Amino acid sequence: MSASDVQTLTVSGVSKVFQVRGRGHRTVTAVDDVSFAVAPGAAVSLVGASGSGKSTLAKMITGSERPTSGEITFGDTSVGRLRAGGLRQLHRRVQMVFQDPYGALNPLHTVEYTVMRPCQNFLGMSHAQASDRVAELLETVGLVPAAQYAAKLPHQLSGGQRQRVIIARALGSDPDLIVADEPVSMLDVSLRAGVLKLLAELRRTRGLSLLYITHDLLSARLITDEILVLNQGRVVERGQTKQVLQHPTDKYTIQLLNAVANPFADGSGRPANGSKATNGRGTT
Amino acid sequence: MTIITSVPPPQAPGTAPPVRIGAASAVLGPLRFIGRALRTLWSNGKARTGLIILGLIVLAAIFAPLIAPHSPTATNFAPYKGPSATNLLGTTGNGQDVFSQLIFGARVSLIVGLCAGALATLVAVTIGLISGYRTGPIDEVLSFVTNLALVIPALPLMIILAAYLQGRSVWTIVLVVAFTSWATGARVIRSQTKTLRTRDFVTSAVFSGERLPRIVFRDILPNMTSLVAASFLAAATAAVLAEASLEFLGLGNPSTVSWGTILFAAQQQNALLTGQWLMVFAPGLAIVLLMVSFTLINFGVDALSNPRLREK
Amino acid sequence: MALLEARGVNVVYEPTRGQRIWSVRDVDLTLEQGEFVGLVGESGCGKSTLGFALTRMLRPPAHLSGGVIRFDGTDVASLTGERLRRARRDGFALVLQSGMNALNPVRTIGHHFGDVLKANARPGDDLSRDGIGRRAAELLEAVRLESAMLTRYPHELSGGMRQRVSIALALSLQPRLIVFDEPTTALDVIVQQAVMDTIKDLQRERGFSAILISHDLGVVLEATDRVMVMYAGRIVEDQPARVMTHGLHHPYTEALLGCYADPRADVVELGGIPGSPPDLSVPNTGCSFAPRCPLTEDICRSQDPPLLSLAPGWAACHVRARVAHVEEEVRSVR
Repeated sequence: MSASDVQTLTVSGVSKVFQVRGRGHRTVTAVDDVSFAVAPGAAVSLVGASGSGKSTLAKMITGSERPTSGEITFGDTSVGRLRAGGLRQLHRRVQMVFQDPYGALNPLHTVEYTVMRPCQNFLGMSHAQASDRVAELLETVGLVPAAQYAAKLPHQLSGGQRQRVIIARALGSDPDLIVADEPVSMLDVSLRAGVLKLLAELRRTRGLSLLYITHDLLSARLITDEILVLNQGRVVERGQTKQVLQHPTDKYTIQLLNAVANPFADGSGRPANGSKATNGRGTT
Repeated sequence: MTIITSVPPPQAPGTAPPVRIGAASAVLGPLRFIGRALRTLWSNGKARTGLIILGLIVLAAIFAPLIAPHSPTATNFAPYKGPSATNLLGTTGNGQDVFSQLIFGARVSLIVGLCAGALATLVAVTIGLISGYRTGPIDEVLSFVTNLALVIPALPLMIILAAYLQGRSVWTIVLVVAFTSWATGARVIRSQTKTLRTRDFVTSAVFSGERLPRIVFRDILPNMTSLVAASFLAAATAAVLAEASLEFLGLGNPSTVSWGTILFAAQQQNALLTGQWLMVFAPGLAIVLLMVSFTLINFGVDALSNPRLREK
Repeated sequence: MALLEARGVNVVYEPTRGQRIWSVRDVDLTLEQGEFVGLVGESGCGKSTLGFALTRMLRPPAHLSGGVIRFDGTDVASLTGERLRRARRDGFALVLQSGMNALNPVRTIGHHFGDVLKANARPGDDLSRDGIGRRAAELLEAVRLESAMLTRYPHELSGGMRQRVSIALALSLQPRLIVFDEPTTALDVIVQQAVMDTIKDLQRERGFSAILISHDLGVVLEATDRVMVMYAGRIVEDQPARVMTHGLHHPYTEALLGCYADPRADVVELGGIPGSPPDLSVPNTGCSFAPRCPLTEDICRSQDPPLLSLAPGWAACHVRARVAHVEEEVRSVR
C-alpha cells in the first residue's frame, strides 16, 4: 500500500437507516448509497439543506455513528467497525471543526486547556511541551499574541475568535483530514472570509484534506475543488465545484443556488460600485 | 483572499495575565475553587446573609467550650428553673444548663446536616452522572431505583431504619438521613447530564482524545457546579430537620447533646407546662436559623457555574 | 403624517453586576404608511434591540432611556399598562426569529388564534367558535397554509410552517406596523426564500408598514423598499434599496457588500472586515467605525458624524458626505 493510501478517505455505498420508535416499524433513510473519496490534500464539499443527510454522513465518517450498510475506510482503517479504543486512534487523524462557536467550547476551560488536550492525549506531550505547541497553533490560526489568548475564557472572545480556537484544537493532534461542519454558518458575514481563508491556507501549508459540509454554496465554491450535492440522503449531482455551480443540472442544486444570499443580481460577482473600501481581496 | 486577523482588544501594558504553570495549579486548584466560590456567594446579598448566619453558628460550634458558660451535661443546677444570670435559658428537669446545651448542640446539627447532605449529594451525583451519561440498561436500572427511592416516604422510612439499627450514634443518623434523601438530587443531575452530554463541547472533548472519566469529571461536572451546590444545600437543609425530628422522637442517642434532644427533653418534661417556653423556642429557632442560612446561600449558587465570575 | 416617528431613541442595558451598555444610541427613524424598511447589521449592532424598543417589548435590564416614539401621533414611549396594551393591539405586532417556538406545544393552532382574537377583541367582533374559525382559516390562507392546520399541534408542523403560523397570528389584529426580527434565520435555507416571498407578498397586498431586521443584506435588499444599516448602536446609512448595490456608500456598508459574492461568477472574491465592533460600554469619541475604516481622517476621530446627506439618502460619514457635496457643487457649476 502506498503512502498516499494511508490518508485517503473512501466512502463506498454507505447508507444509514434509522428505526423510528413508536407505533409501527417506520424507518427513516438518512443516507442512501453514497460513495465518494477524499484524496490526501483534496478539499471536497458536501452540500445540502437540513435533512439532506450531510450531517449524518459526517458523523459516520468520524465514527460517531455506524453505517447500516457500506464501507468507510480511512487509509487502511475501516471506520465503520471501530470501537472505543480504535475511535480514539481515528480521532488523531480525523478531526472535526464544529458549527456552533458558542457551544463547541467548554465555557469553563481556558483556550489553552482546550487546545492542549489533543496534544497531550495524542502526541504524548508533557504540559510544558503542549503549552509551547498551543502557542504555535494559536499563532497559526491568527490569534496573536498567543499568550494573551491562551489565558482567555470563551465568553471573552468573539464568534470569529472562538471558531479559530476550535480550528486550533482540531489541529492539535496533527490530523490528516479535517471534517468541517458548517464552520462559518453561525458567524457574521464580515468574519467568514477570515476563517475560510484560514482553512484554505491550512490545507495548502499542511497538506490537510478537507471535507467541508455546508448548505452555503458560496463558501463551498471558495475553498473546495470538488462538490457533492445531497438531497434526502442521495447524491444528486457531483463534480468540480466551479463547473457544477456554473452549469447545474439538478433542480435541487438550482434551488440551493437561488437560496444563496446575493445582493448582486447581475451575477457579476462584484459590487457595481467601483470603489472598494475593504482591505484587500483575494481570488479563487 | 488575504488573511484578516481579528485585532485583540487593547490592553494596558503589563496587565496581560500570565499563562499558568501546570503543577502548581493542580494543588492550588481546589483551594482556588473554594476561594472563588466564596467570593461569588459573598457578592449576592441574600447569600451573604446566609453565610454570615452560618458562620456564626459554625463559630459557636467550634468555640463551644469557650463560649458556653457551663458544661452541657453537668447536672449541678437546680432543675426546672427559668432564665437567670447563671442559666441564661433556664435549666432542664435534670438540672442542666439549657444555654450551654444549645451552644454545644450546634455541633451535632452542623455535623449531621453537612455530612448527611454531602453524602446524599455524593450518591446523587454518582448515580445521576452515570445514568445521565450512558443510555441503555444501566440508565433504566438506575432510573428505576431512583424512582423507587423517590416514592417511598422519607420520614417513616427514616424512623423504621433508625429504630432497627443497632448503635445509636450520630453517624447512624447521618447514614439514615443520607440514605433517604439522595433521590431528588439524582433525578435532577441525571437530566442535566443528559442535556450537557449533547453539547458540542462534550463531542469536542471526545475528539480531543479524552477518556470517559475525564469527560465526566472535567467537562460535564464543572458545568453543573451550581446544580450540585444547590442539591447539597437542599439536602443539608432537609438533613438538619430530619436529624432534629429523629432525636425529638427519641430515636437518637439520648446522651448526645443536640437541638433535637433538647426538644425531646422539653417534651418529656412538659416544658411548656412548667413555663419553660425558652427551652422549646430556643432550639427550635436555632434549627430554623440553620436551615434558613442554607436556603439563603442557595440564592447565590446560580452564579457558581457562570464563567464570567472567573475573570480576575 | 408618518406612521412611525422615533426621535432620539436610546436603549441602555443595565445588569445588576457589570457595566452599562448603550445598545442603541440616539436613533431617529421615520416610517411612512405602507413602507417596507430593512434594518441591517451584524451581531451586537443593536438592530433587534431597536426593533424591540419600537414595539415597547424591551425587558429589564434593558430599558428605553429617553426619546420619543410617535406612533400615529401618539407617543408610545411613555405609555404603560392598559394603554400600552391597547396601543399594541391597535397598532403594531412583532414576529420573532424563534416565533415558531413561541407556540404553546400543548395547544392546537386553532386555539392560538382563539387566544389572540379573544384577548384583543374589539366591540363588534364575532367571537363565536365559527367566527373565530373563519377568521383563522382566512389568515392561514393568507400565509399559504391549509385551514386543516387549525386542528394540528405545533410539533406536527415543520419549522417553516410554524413561522407562517406566527406571521398569521401577527396579522390577526390587522396591525398597521409589523416588525419582523430575523424571521427566516432559524429556518432551513431553502424554506427561507419561500417564507420571505410570502412576507413580501403580504406586505404588498395588505399595505401594512413593515420593518425587517436581518443580518443578511441579500435578503433585505430583495424584500424591502428602503434599507437602514446599523453599526454600534447607531444608524449609519439610510438609502432606498435600489441604490445600495452601486454608487458611494458609508464605508461600513461598502465593506459589508464586499462580504457577499455570486458563487457562479468566473472569479469569486470575498472580503471581510478586519477588527471588531467597539465596546458599547464606553462612550465613543468620533465615529465608531473609524478604527476599522480605510477612509479615516482626523475629523472622523474627533467628531461623531450625524446622518449627512448622501443622495438619495443619508450616511453618517464625513468623508463621503463631503465628496458628494463637492460633486454636487461641480455639477451645479457646469
